[in-house]
Amino acid sequence: MAMIDMSLIDGLSIQISQMVLVLVLAPLLTGLVRKVKARLLRRQGPPLLQPYRDLIRLVRKEAVIAESASWLFRIVPYIVFAATWVAAALVPTFATGLLFSWSADLIVIIALLGSARFFLALAGMDVGTSFGGIGSSREAMIATLAEPALIMIVFTIALVAGSTQLSTVANVMLAGVGLRVSLGMALIALIIVAIAENGRIPVDNPATHLELTMVHEAMVLEYSGRHLALIELASSIKLLLYASLIACIFVPWGLAPAGAPLRVHLIGVVVYAAKLGVAAIMLALFETMIAKMRVFRVPDLLGAALMLGFLGTLLRFVSRSL
Amino acid sequence: MAPIILLLWHVAVLLCTVGLGVVIRRSALARRAVYGVSIATCGLAVAVALVHLLASPAIDSIAVLPLGLPWIGANFRLDALSAFFVLVINLGGAAASLYGLGYGRHESEPRRVLPFFPAFLAGMNLVLLADDAFTFLLSWEFMSLASWALVMTHHRDDDNRRAGYVYLVMASAGTFALLLAFGLLAGPEGGYAFATMRARGPSGDLTGLVLTLALLGTGSKAGLVPLHVWLPLAHPAAPSHVSALMSGVMTKVAVYGFIRIVFDLLGPPAWWWGVPVLIAGAGTAALGVLYALMQNDIKRVLAYSTIENIGLIFVGLGLALAFEGNGMKAAAALAMTAALFHVLNHALFKSLLFFGAGAVLTATGERRMEMLGGLLNRMPATGLLFLVGAAAISALPPLNGFASEWLMLQAILLSPDLPQWALKLLVPVVGALLALAAALAAACFVRAFGITFLGRPRSEAATKAHDVDRLSITAMAILALLCLFTGVFPALIIDALAPVVDGLTDTRMPVQTHIAWLSIVPIAESRSSYNGLLVFLFITVSASLAAFVIHRVASNRVRRAPAWDCGFPNSSPATQYTANSFAQPVRRVFGGFAFRATERVDMPAPGDGRPARMTVTLHDLAWELVYDPVVGLVNVLAERLNHLQFLTIRRYLSLVFGALVLLLLIIASWP
Repeated sequence: MAMIDMSLIDGLSIQISQMVLVLVLAPLLTGLVRKVKARLLRRQGPPLLQPYRDLIRLVRKEAVIAESASWLFRIVPYIVFAATWVAAALVPTFATGLLFSWSADLIVIIALLGSARFFLALAGMDVGTSFGGIGSSREAMIATLAEPALIMIVFTIALVAGSTQLSTVANVMLAGVGLRVSLGMALIALIIVAIAENGRIPVDNPATHLELTMVHEAMVLEYSGRHLALIELASSIKLLLYASLIACIFVPWGLAPAGAPLRVHLIGVVVYAAKLGVAAIMLALFETMIAKMRVFRVPDLLGAALMLGFLGTLLRFVSRSL
Repeated sequence: MAPIILLLWHVAVLLCTVGLGVVIRRSALARRAVYGVSIATCGLAVAVALVHLLASPAIDSIAVLPLGLPWIGANFRLDALSAFFVLVINLGGAAASLYGLGYGRHESEPRRVLPFFPAFLAGMNLVLLADDAFTFLLSWEFMSLASWALVMTHHRDDDNRRAGYVYLVMASAGTFALLLAFGLLAGPEGGYAFATMRARGPSGDLTGLVLTLALLGTGSKAGLVPLHVWLPLAHPAAPSHVSALMSGVMTKVAVYGFIRIVFDLLGPPAWWWGVPVLIAGAGTAALGVLYALMQNDIKRVLAYSTIENIGLIFVGLGLALAFEGNGMKAAAALAMTAALFHVLNHALFKSLLFFGAGAVLTATGERRMEMLGGLLNRMPATGLLFLVGAAAISALPPLNGFASEWLMLQAILLSPDLPQWALKLLVPVVGALLALAAALAAACFVRAFGITFLGRPRSEAATKAHDVDRLSITAMAILALLCLFTGVFPALIIDALAPVVDGLTDTRMPVQTHIAWLSIVPIAESRSSYNGLLVFLFITVSASLAAFVIHRVASNRVRRAPAWDCGFPNSSPATQYTANSFAQPVRRVFGGFAFRATERVDMPAPGDGRPARMTVTLHDLAWELVYDPVVGLVNVLAERLNHLQFLTIRRYLSLVFGALVLLLLIIASWP
């Protein structure tokens, strides 16, 4: 098997450095989006490193837990963080030769994110307040459309690349598959889903509290201290994960192949950082240009993503070349 | 002793236990005796089936008893397929008996449950062992009637009476369809033994009819839409351990019946056999879970979710038929493995969830989720185990539901190679519906668990709830561990299923246990692979790491305070989200076409003191489109024919005379 003849140490070091990189970079990406957004609105905006400071401050504070909360409330942040982090660790960022990429494919990554959401939605209902319920219920509604859309996108990509293994997909895309209608549809659908899943405008507004349109923030309203820090970190990682996923599938250039020398890996890291920067700027641009949607308009948007994903898959079923 | 003989003894012991249940008067003693015996004998059956499956799967064990039809006797046979289903059914049976041992104490009518419980188990086992149509149908009816009696345990309740009535009608209709199917398979010579049917080969033009009848007959028992209407009425009506058996286990007997008829007796499949099965399966999966999301009774949620899972299983079977019909052996084996794996998984987690619902029912006397809440603090063990079941059925990795769903998606990814256009267009739709069903199932179980176990108690009963007895908890814990085990080591299950799959599709999936790290690789490693164990370890390690680091560097202080809720002091638990409000967004998105849902808001004019009201109407389209016309027709006919009861003797005589003349004319002109 490939994983055995590959040098174990190399693979392990890439895997671990990538896991650490994801963890370290995630708040920076969030900070960058905030900064660019603020500048686009002609505000100064918080410093780039503000998310790290927020996390540190949160970690130092005591955790306030509602009287009616159960043990589930306290362990959910760890589950959510772990599931998101593991999912992010399986997406190639700067190198494709991940040691454990064979242990889980794209479908597993989606399911891991689904698990995180499952437990977060439960935590929203745990305290027994109306806001938690509203967040969970809306999150569930968004998920029932976003998740099938994601699966259809995965189908499209897997049928183009002949694999659901993300490293293999990246290698196939790198080798060049040409411009394809189905891939274009999958890309648009994936961007819509990424926006919805990360609770960005126009689906949700990550900057608001106390607004009836909110979803994610309502679910985590009762969290504080270290628990909140973990959840915030997890949602940063999730944003990074989607950016890396899109980069890895649709712009896989610069990814260091398995067994490449260190220099290539370093180039990979630089290219990856550049890709993240572009993603942050594009996201900020998009968010400043568009208004928040009403909650019951969101199904239309996600329905469009589902339809695009479905059409992409259908095209692959009826034609080899589209 | 031959395994089949052992299993027939198992059935015989169960049938004797029926007598025990009737004879022993003291209910506590009778309960212990009946459930004790069924645990022991079901456990033995599990062992026999497992040994047969692992040791000598290719050898069929045959027995003929001098009962049944005089010229063929009663034939029994144990092959790999029946061994697998015997394993699933008796595993569920043993768990239900263990649970019943504790739970049965709270049963108000033990003497109505105890005799029929082992009879039901015996009936299901007999169906799996039968090797001729007569024995099969007799056992099938026996199973139906025993379960009907169990549904009618609390027959003073109007709803239960109606459930029992609908169940009886649907079960009879299903058996009738199966009778016709076997009649066609037996052919003009009347070869009712399965061996004869198998030897006859395909019955030419009639295969389509047999397939339809098999789909109707077994589908009505399994709960395929639109034949599902009895299921959400009947399954929750029975005592909870019986509900678990009916939902988690008896539907599997129906799946077995379908596989036996279509894959074994009907001969090599044509590609188009997959089409009706795929349509029925995918439609059932999506509709079943949508129905489940709208229910407020926890046992009804579970019953509708069974319908969804049956849909998933039939999608797997339909894919297997489509692949098999096109000679794509490896893909057929993959789809078949996915379906069978899901059969096992569903038996495990659905039984677990029904046991959990039973524990809630015992502790609070309540099945309506709107009256529950906050039970996780009061029933920690039940809550944790129910959560495992809910996560497993929502297909969260690394639990077992995900493993089978993953295999199913991999099978769909192989289907662009199918040559027929009908399948090329159908399979993506099926894939989309499958993905939709999976996402909706997660929402459904967030709702079911969240409303029942989380939040604050919504009623007095929920405030005073306590965990149930140890035996019930043990039964649930065993099932939860099995869910985890089969999810973490899917390779073992796939390899154990190989002989069954081999017998049905003439090929098997690649051997999985030789692959390093216990990964599963359905086709090739470059294509896809999944490792439940590593995913489990990854999550455990990174969660522990996070907890460790956080607790080293962070403040460990915790303060309990009133819920913040954006500063609103909310003392009443009624301000929480309810089951209905949780489902509202999903209902708005999907309800329009699935249930023709309408919302009407009745807002009084300003100054008017009446409360505002919102009315939601949901239509069960299956009832309205399929059953209501039939019921209407029967009523109209009955009305018309009613006049015939009040004729004079002269008119009766002339009717008889006319009928005679008509018959003679028909016979005379028959070619």
